[in-house]
Amino acid sequence: MSILINRDTKLITIGFTGKQGTYHSLQSRDYGTNFVGGVTPGKGGIVHEGFPVFNSIHEAVEKTDANAAMIFVPPPFAADSILECIDAELPLIVCITEGIPILDMVKVKSALKGSKSKMIGPNCPGIITPGECKIGIMPGHIHMPAQEGGKSVGVISRSGTLTYEAVYQLTEREIGQSTCVGIGGDPVGGLNFIDVLKLFEADPDTDAVIMIGEIGGSAEVDAGRWIKENMSKPVVSFIAGASAPPGKRMGHAGAIISGGDDTAEAKFRILEECGVAIARSPAELGQRLEEAIK
Amino acid sequence: MNIHEFQAKDLMKKFGIKVLGGQVANTVEEAVEAAKKLDSKVWVVKAQIHAGGRGKAGGVKVAKSLDEVKEHAANILGKVLVTHQTGPEGKEVKKLLIEEGCDIEHEYYVGLVLDRGTGKIFFMASSEGGVEIEKVAEETPEKIHKVAIDPAVGYTSYVGRRLGYAMGLKGDVLKKCNKFLEGLYNLYVESDCTAAEINPMVTTKDGEVLALDAKLNFDANALYRHKDIEDLRDLDEESEKEVEAAKYGLSYIELDGNIGCLVNGAGLAMATMDIIKLHGGEPANFLDVGGGATKETVEKAFTIILSDPNVKAILVNIFGGIMKCDIIAEGVLAAAKSVDLKVPLVVRLEGTNVAMGRKILDESDLKIITASDLKDAATKVCEAAKSQEA
Repeated sequence: MSILINRDTKLITIGFTGKQGTYHSLQSRDYGTNFVGGVTPGKGGIVHEGFPVFNSIHEAVEKTDANAAMIFVPPPFAADSILECIDAELPLIVCITEGIPILDMVKVKSALKGSKSKMIGPNCPGIITPGECKIGIMPGHIHMPAQEGGKSVGVISRSGTLTYEAVYQLTEREIGQSTCVGIGGDPVGGLNFIDVLKLFEADPDTDAVIMIGEIGGSAEVDAGRWIKENMSKPVVSFIAGASAPPGKRMGHAGAIISGGDDTAEAKFRILEECGVAIARSPAELGQRLEEAIK
Repeated sequence: MNIHEFQAKDLMKKFGIKVLGGQVANTVEEAVEAAKKLDSKVWVVKAQIHAGGRGKAGGVKVAKSLDEVKEHAANILGKVLVTHQTGPEGKEVKKLLIEEGCDIEHEYYVGLVLDRGTGKIFFMASSEGGVEIEKVAEETPEKIHKVAIDPAVGYTSYVGRRLGYAMGLKGDVLKKCNKFLEGLYNLYVESDCTAAEINPMVTTKDGEVLALDAKLNFDANALYRHKDIEDLRDLDEESEKEVEAAKYGLSYIELDGNIGCLVNGAGLAMATMDIIKLHGGEPANFLDVGGGATKETVEKAFTIILSDPNVKAILVNIFGGIMKCDIIAEGVLAAAKSVDLKVPLVVRLEGTNVAMGRKILDESDLKIITASDLKDAATKVCEAAKSQEA
């Protein structure tokens, strides 16, 4: 089993006919995802790479029965696309787009509340259930489904390439992954660490979790406190940015130390106090996880 | 993106926030002329740099005569101010704001920030203004009052009343404060701010509510819809290399160490710096080539890394997702040819098109130290840097 997506997920891409949209939609299809079509306003009615294109998300959902969307729309228009997905009551929205204005996401966050949609991202690699369904830009081949009789690990991360690093270390050790979720590097987004941890805790086929955080904000600390109270499965964590100077934005809009408990050091300390196994080095994630599930 | 105090005050005026009369000066002569134009007997000479804590560092002086304006302007212009926000190297003062004086009754703090967890905008206010607010928050947190504003609802009058009463204001001054806060909120959302701080906001002896200082920060991702604000950008205040890198879609931050890093993805770039430190090395930079890098941008990244004379070794750490390893490999080759690479180069490639990428590097005549994984890469680059220093 898995969380959020599986082999029954039906995917559409918003911004399908663009270069990135096309490339990654076909990559998802090749991985085995049940890809059913896409949306590009103004191009409705055409067939692109063998798939139908629609003018609106509502129409796409109606005609294809899609239950998940992957968004590749440029930043000025991306929030609008997310809002359209929410209005169309799509259960899962995965927004890959990087560089969306924060106040646009504030509106989206408000619209998500009480809606039928869950959102992953923005500014994220997406989500993958190895062997079943890939929604996003991650390289599929580094992942491994849970092996017969073997343990299975869930991965949550604010960073894309660092998620690949963690997954790679697991696969090298022949530890399978249930689902890997990149929640994105922006200050305001959809699902947070706790939301995803809850799903992993409830998933009977996830045995342990790797949580990768970074400097800035309090999401990791909040997650640590939640883990202490609620999580029965082992969690291994790495926080990126121990060497980052304060006040400098390290690439991600969300990765900036502004004082208090948002340094890597503080997060490591609090997570450790909450019973989370810490990997001080990003190269030790696989090893720590192996120790935790022994 | 940051802007100067005088620019922030111009913008605030448009939103109905009261500020004192002021003029910008780039020279001592201009400072005296500016003072003459202002209808005041007391002036404040204020250094304009993109950092707080200017007063303590000697960048803000009160003048009681035109001679004193001249004296202070001469002292402050060209001075390198070191504050808790500039870093040890400080910032050179190139501009002054000459402002009227006023009779202060009391100093307050007001600020707007985004709460990441809830996605709401928080108004913060305190009767303890004019001092470092971080200290107030730490020592007497009960003196900082907060109200969350739901962006779908926006500002309503009770927000101002709650904060105003909490700060001890009443009557006409409370009403004026409410107007002030409403203006600040509107400015925040209409201009895509990421932070707005007025420290201090003051009440005067004649019952006015004014912004004595102003610090506004804007969302770089939203500047496309605020051409007027983008025009306020002062490149003098930013690192030349970081600005140059940004033109190519590279996110670069210069650091003090000797190991240059070229990585894809912000998280992996930070983690690469971290692991270099864990292995006894010191990173010379943070550099994220991003997902859309081409051969040319990789070449540019090398040029920027090598423009730092401290760099004694370079680590290329790529985990290809959107970024393809073969493109990185071609960029590395092109860069090595064009910049005459003299320092050791450690390369670790993984992910999309990794076989093609490795083949390109193997078949070149470039001397490359290849690394099998992250730990191996860190160990090798730290050794390489050490051997160069020796």
